[in-house]
Amino acid sequence: MCLKVRGNIDFSTNEDERNSGMTQETLISVEHLSRHYGPLMAVKSISFELHRGEVLGFLGPNGAGKSTTMQVITGNLAPSAGRVRICDLDLLDKPRAAKAHIGYLPEQPPLYPDFTVNEYLRFCARLNQIPREGVARAVDNAKQRCGLEQVGKRLISNLSKGFQQRVGIAQAIIHTPSVVVLDEPTVGLDPNQIREIRSLIRELGNDHGVILSTHILPEVQMTCDRVQIINQGELVFADSIENLNQRTSTTSLILGLHQPPADTELTAIPGVGEVEHIDAEYRRIHYTGDTNPAETLAEHAVNKHWGLFELKPEFNSLEQIFVDITAAEQDNTGEAA
Amino acid sequence: MIWLLARRELRSLFLSPLAWAVLAVIQLIIAWLFLFFLQQYIDAQPQLNMMPDPPGVTETVISGIFQSTAFILLLVIPLITMRVVSEERRNKTLALLFSAPVSMTEIVLGKFFGLMGFLVIMVFMLTLMPLSILIGGNLDFGHLAAILLGLLLLLSAFAAAGLFMSTLTNQPIIAAISTFGLLLLLWLIDVAGSNVSTDKASELLSYLSLLRHSEAFNKGVFSSTDLIYYLLFITVFLVLSIRRLESDRLQR
Repeated sequence: MCLKVRGNIDFSTNEDERNSGMTQETLISVEHLSRHYGPLMAVKSISFELHRGEVLGFLGPNGAGKSTTMQVITGNLAPSAGRVRICDLDLLDKPRAAKAHIGYLPEQPPLYPDFTVNEYLRFCARLNQIPREGVARAVDNAKQRCGLEQVGKRLISNLSKGFQQRVGIAQAIIHTPSVVVLDEPTVGLDPNQIREIRSLIRELGNDHGVILSTHILPEVQMTCDRVQIINQGELVFADSIENLNQRTSTTSLILGLHQPPADTELTAIPGVGEVEHIDAEYRRIHYTGDTNPAETLAEHAVNKHWGLFELKPEFNSLEQIFVDITAAEQDNTGEAA
Repeated sequence: MIWLLARRELRSLFLSPLAWAVLAVIQLIIAWLFLFFLQQYIDAQPQLNMMPDPPGVTETVISGIFQSTAFILLLVIPLITMRVVSEERRNKTLALLFSAPVSMTEIVLGKFFGLMGFLVIMVFMLTLMPLSILIGGNLDFGHLAAILLGLLLLLSAFAAAGLFMSTLTNQPIIAAISTFGLLLLLWLIDVAGSNVSTDKASELLSYLSLLRHSEAFNKGVFSSTDLIYYLLFITVFLVLSIRRLESDRLQR
């Protein structure tokens, strides 16, 4: 266990080296953060940084410590050990100044159901130290960004879950904080809203820093610049999406043929490695290295009348990595116990 | 910032029907008592006229109704204070305040002053009744001011205790019942003291009693000892509330 922790620290220092070349402003730096609930260690010595213009995705199974980490960063929980600095302000020494830089959407949006959307957002704006004359503009801006123009005068308790979630996000960005922390922001939204919120998150990521936790893996691939996977309170994976995409780059093709030939005929094509039967018409073609046999496959299929109707690269999904890592972790701890 | 939080608290109170119901019911009951006391005073006129220095209407009627008011409000204040923190904790809206740039002290004071706002409105509504005597008579305004100050201090003490009880739980009803229990205990604590008045311990008990300290104000005496007692009482419970909320962050 001790070894693993050290491994994580090494990992984060690698991160620092990589990022130092980019000369970015560090918005959040978390050092060896731990938090227990009684005897239960929810978060074990996590270290990471967030830079301006970056969207950081937190992934992990339920109870992994994602929400706890976010609560500590936003000052809702005190850390048991470790340090959190926000825009170079220590969260424990200067909580007020540090918190002014943060917008937080908890798992359950903190809404006052008896208020109308306008009243609620006005209150949040004032709460976050927006001067009186700037409140109306901040509220309009937040409403417009979250698509709430139509519901300003409605009671929050009468809104649907999706709209309530949007009000929660509006609340988190109303004072245009440097850091926006969103705990599962797309839960309960319909697909269109999810797309809107994702593009909103991307937009926020341009000039703020965003931390986002989610269970939905494609969401991370679509919106984040960096991914961190937390499992059982430990950082088990941290890398940029680009590196991740390289790791997840295609090594297999899905081929759909109406009249599939024998496997030997397929393996005879240069570049094709193994052939796997998915069902009567679908084959999974594994290949190695950079030689993508898609083109030659298509040529053969047309010439030999195999009835080609589908040919697509298969991505080794983030899901796969996630499952691999977290499952491996569980095995390790199982052995340890 | 405290002002903003207080205003939100007050607004929340008036957005729920509870505050309106409480105001209406209290107004009705006190009006009934007021008429009763007034009738008694009018009926007693012949005897009062024979006394060399008869007590005025302020002393008899007004201090009478406000004494009953204090006791009735002891039953009602827990209903107003119960939701202040416990409901926010239950709805998970405390996170909004915790992650905003406000201190715990500001949060607690904001909530307390919000409650105070409600109490001031209530006391004002009740004061309108005695003021109606002005149509046909005179009032001792100094005495009335002392009574009102005493009542407000007493109610603020109730509110501070209720606020603290509300921080202890996330069930409003439990907060209400324990506030009620605490207040009633502090109200009746001098029952033990009044029997054997020479005993040092019972002297202490009667000193702790909330009721005892409201007596001087009701007689029209501005008593600084009692004022300090109430201020201390309020401060203690507010500090305890702040500590309790702080510990929310430390462990759950």
